[in-house]
Amino acid sequence: MKMEADLKIGFKDKANKMLGYHPEDAKLSKSYIAVAFIALLVGGFLGLLQGLNRAGLLELPSWFNYYQVLTAHGLLLILVLTAFFTIGYFYAALSHNLGGLLPKVRKLAWIGFFIKLAGFVLAVIPILMNEASVMYTFYPPMAAHPVFYIGLALIVVGVWSCCIGAFIQVANWRKNHKGQHVPILSYFATGVFVLLFFALMFVAVEVLFMIIPWVFGWVDTINVMVARTLFWAFGHTLVNIWYLTAVSAWYVVVPKVIGGKRWSDLLTRVVIIALVIMNITGGFHHQIIDPGINEVVKFMHVFMSLAIGFPSLMTAFALFAVFERTARRKGGKGLIGWWKKMPWGDVRFLAPFIAMVAFIPAGAGGIAQSTNQLDQVVHNTMWIVGHFHLTLGMSVVMTFFGISYWLVPFISNRVLTPQINRLGVIQTWIWTAGMICMSGAMHYVGLLGSPRRTSYTTYGDHATALGWDPYLMLLAVGGTLLIVGVILQVYAVFNMMFFAPKGDTEFPIAEEEDNATKTPYITERWGLWIVIMLIVVAMAYVIPLTEFIVNAPPGSPPFKTW
Amino acid sequence: MKMHLDEKIWLTISFGIIMGFMLITGYQAFALEMGPPSNMETIDPQKVDETAPFDNPGVKEVGENEYEVVMTLQAFGFTPNNIEIPAGAKVTFIMTSKDVVHGFEVAGTNINAMVMPGHIQKITQTFDKPGSYLVICNEYCGAGHQVMSTTITVK
Repeated sequence: MKMEADLKIGFKDKANKMLGYHPEDAKLSKSYIAVAFIALLVGGFLGLLQGLNRAGLLELPSWFNYYQVLTAHGLLLILVLTAFFTIGYFYAALSHNLGGLLPKVRKLAWIGFFIKLAGFVLAVIPILMNEASVMYTFYPPMAAHPVFYIGLALIVVGVWSCCIGAFIQVANWRKNHKGQHVPILSYFATGVFVLLFFALMFVAVEVLFMIIPWVFGWVDTINVMVARTLFWAFGHTLVNIWYLTAVSAWYVVVPKVIGGKRWSDLLTRVVIIALVIMNITGGFHHQIIDPGINEVVKFMHVFMSLAIGFPSLMTAFALFAVFERTARRKGGKGLIGWWKKMPWGDVRFLAPFIAMVAFIPAGAGGIAQSTNQLDQVVHNTMWIVGHFHLTLGMSVVMTFFGISYWLVPFISNRVLTPQINRLGVIQTWIWTAGMICMSGAMHYVGLLGSPRRTSYTTYGDHATALGWDPYLMLLAVGGTLLIVGVILQVYAVFNMMFFAPKGDTEFPIAEEEDNATKTPYITERWGLWIVIMLIVVAMAYVIPLTEFIVNAPPGSPPFKTW
Repeated sequence: MKMHLDEKIWLTISFGIIMGFMLITGYQAFALEMGPPSNMETIDPQKVDETAPFDNPGVKEVGENEYEVVMTLQAFGFTPNNIEIPAGAKVTFIMTSKDVVHGFEVAGTNINAMVMPGHIQKITQTFDKPGSYLVICNEYCGAGHQVMSTTITVK
């Protein structure tokens, strides 16, 4: 009955040609978003446990120790939350932009959904049994239970299934709309799925061809450096995939929410292409203080990493220009007086806005730590943890939160009520305060030398380590605020999904300026951009990988050190 | 493609910042030899104890107030540990791992290096200030990772 009612509403909307709402597709996105926020809830609580342990306030039991909690926290928030949200959001965009998902595309996305869930369950069981306390980076020669890696491989296959679905959807639209540009949000989706598709290849090679034969004992040893390099070619790209997802909302959605127009379509597409081409090579800056890579190669990689900063600086200009232009149109005056014209009480603006502002220090920190000598100061310290809680936890996740306040009502055929909006605004400020405390403390204590991924310790009451304690306490305070934020956010999402009043919600996509320049069609030549991307990847990785393979030391056997 | 003057200025500055980082990093790395630890030698990770110089780990004086520390890292300790050196000593650490990936960090200094099985890592530091320096493993290496530490005492 409910299905029928949904269908009826769907047809009505189609007739209105307003909302581009497709009930079957909405169900798909709803499932993805629901999993994402359940992962946030569970992963958030695990984060709190770590924060409290790290400050020396909580001793974790031996059957669920710090490193199990940390591995699960990373997997839930870095893989599940981000991947499920990104796919749910972009599939909603593809459906809305491109006239509904093709049945086979929808099927691929569902297959991907269940394969990923199955993979995730398989990965989690050994973690809970303390057979896979290897962190989400699972650096060999630490060897987890084989089932852990089979789970990871299934997650990869599941995401690939969604990538292929997206490619089919976009290709089909292009075939029927010759000479037209793919709508901007679907263009972002294309970029994200291209990156996911290729980045996952690196980790797939690592897991399928190196680790699985090794943990099953089919081969005796593993090449540690090759595995690590393949991991980071994937790992850092994943970071930028979330970022590109957040950026899509900054360019396309936020201008509409504030009643403005989009920044130059051409520049937006150039930023997407640049991020796709340059991203994978950025992974190397995770290996700046590794042995076995000479300084010339490392220097080249400083450039490859910093180059990614350039499109982000273009983005910074574009977004603030849109804000100013819109506010002035609404009568805002003066150098900063136009700020008053921004809709500060609208969570759909406030959350992504703070997310953007957070990206200023986050990006600056990123530039600092991908620079060789500066990285050496902070590598593997709490600074890094602070950095990715600022980037992922604020810039990306707060944007996701902001998106949820229109996306969840849209796919649920409900509306955002003033009460939930107010809750969202409060949530946003709590989250902001929590992240500033936590990430700030992490950055500073990292500069003092406190290491990441280490349970509570005073190193035999060494004075240096005791000096870190006040900051670790501040970290725990931040973590406690954040869990309040998590609870409010998850409540808001499920309220909007199942209990908010029925009604139509708009999928906010800003228009171009009236006098916008026409974007040249070359931006649609994905074949060309992918070839350039592969050339850049080859420039970055052929030399070091050849070095690691040709001059490889004897490999390492598996170790279980926990 | 029309671009506002403001935007051109902004992007020029952006490009300049990135180039500035490159120049300073390059100058420090190649002219001042401040580059990150990047030693290229390899070793059989299963035969560390039989392979020179790791068959005899320890602190060796190699010149006037110049020392070499040959060190192995293993879950969850450093060999040798509790090192003592005189103030002003220039110390080169020559390290490898006997099992998993470890990190070698001396808090309060710029000493920070990944120590991988199969690879020999080197890093040099001059210890001018006397005191007790905390040495820790900063790469998660197992259940006892949080106890993997030692000290360097500079007298």
